[in-house]
Amino acid sequence: MASKQELQVQEKQEIAEGKETTIPARYFVPPTDIFEAEDALTVVMEVPGVTKDSMTVDLENDQLRIEGKIDYSNYEGMEPVYTEYNVGHYQRSFSISNKIDRDRISADLADGVLTLVLPKAEEMKPHKIKVN
Amino acid sequence: MALSRIHPFQALFDLQRALDSSRSSDWLRGSTAARGSFPPINMFQKDDDFVAIIELPGVNKADLDIQAKGNYIRLSGTKSPSYPENVSAHRRERVFGSFDRTISVPIKINPDGIKAEYRDGVLALFIPRAEEDKPRKVQLS
Repeated sequence: MASKQELQVQEKQEIAEGKETTIPARYFVPPTDIFEAEDALTVVMEVPGVTKDSMTVDLENDQLRIEGKIDYSNYEGMEPVYTEYNVGHYQRSFSISNKIDRDRISADLADGVLTLVLPKAEEMKPHKIKVN
Repeated sequence: MALSRIHPFQALFDLQRALDSSRSSDWLRGSTAARGSFPPINMFQKDDDFVAIIELPGVNKADLDIQAKGNYIRLSGTKSPSYPENVSAHRRERVFGSFDRTISVPIKINPDGIKAEYRDGVLALFIPRAEEDKPRKVQLS
């Protein structure tokens, strides 16, 4: 056991007060990994309980906005007796600094994880700088 | 608050409040299980039976092991990243590793009748109450 990395509970983080005041429900910030390869930027986000139909991804100007809604009608007729976490919709935005080839963006949702691949536009691909 | 009653979000808000208020529930009192281990578990009562809902995004079904014995339910598995090599991180917030949690439910259950469903990163365990534990109508003679 000692050598294994054991998972710790990550408390769900709520969206900061003041951003979603019109809706009397809480939104959560999905834990996200973002990494960059030579040709693309990949955004990986945990949105458990969100189905494909209730996932919205927008890229407007340089703002990437992701919203995922959970179907809480599944909880109908269920009486909580013991709870350790709360549920809610997810929302998050990022400013994307790279120039992205919008036509080739791909999104995949599997096991509650959204993977967005944002291919870099041709002119933004790295080029080595020669030192003279 | 008559207006908000008809708002569709009211239902979610009510659910969120209900989930919050049972966070201090002493349902597990007296058993060896306690809060704080991974993964977090929400336990619900539905009619006579119980439903445990556990969020496990990114865990492969094949890497998930569920065992039930007596009134113990053991959940173990691994969550591993599937990222390509040679990438540079901008942001790392997701956590990976292994987990092994046992929860003992303070009621008599029928361990053979437990059903598990994993969908969209959420595991649902349907836990039937033991037949002898269900409330019975007492006949007046």
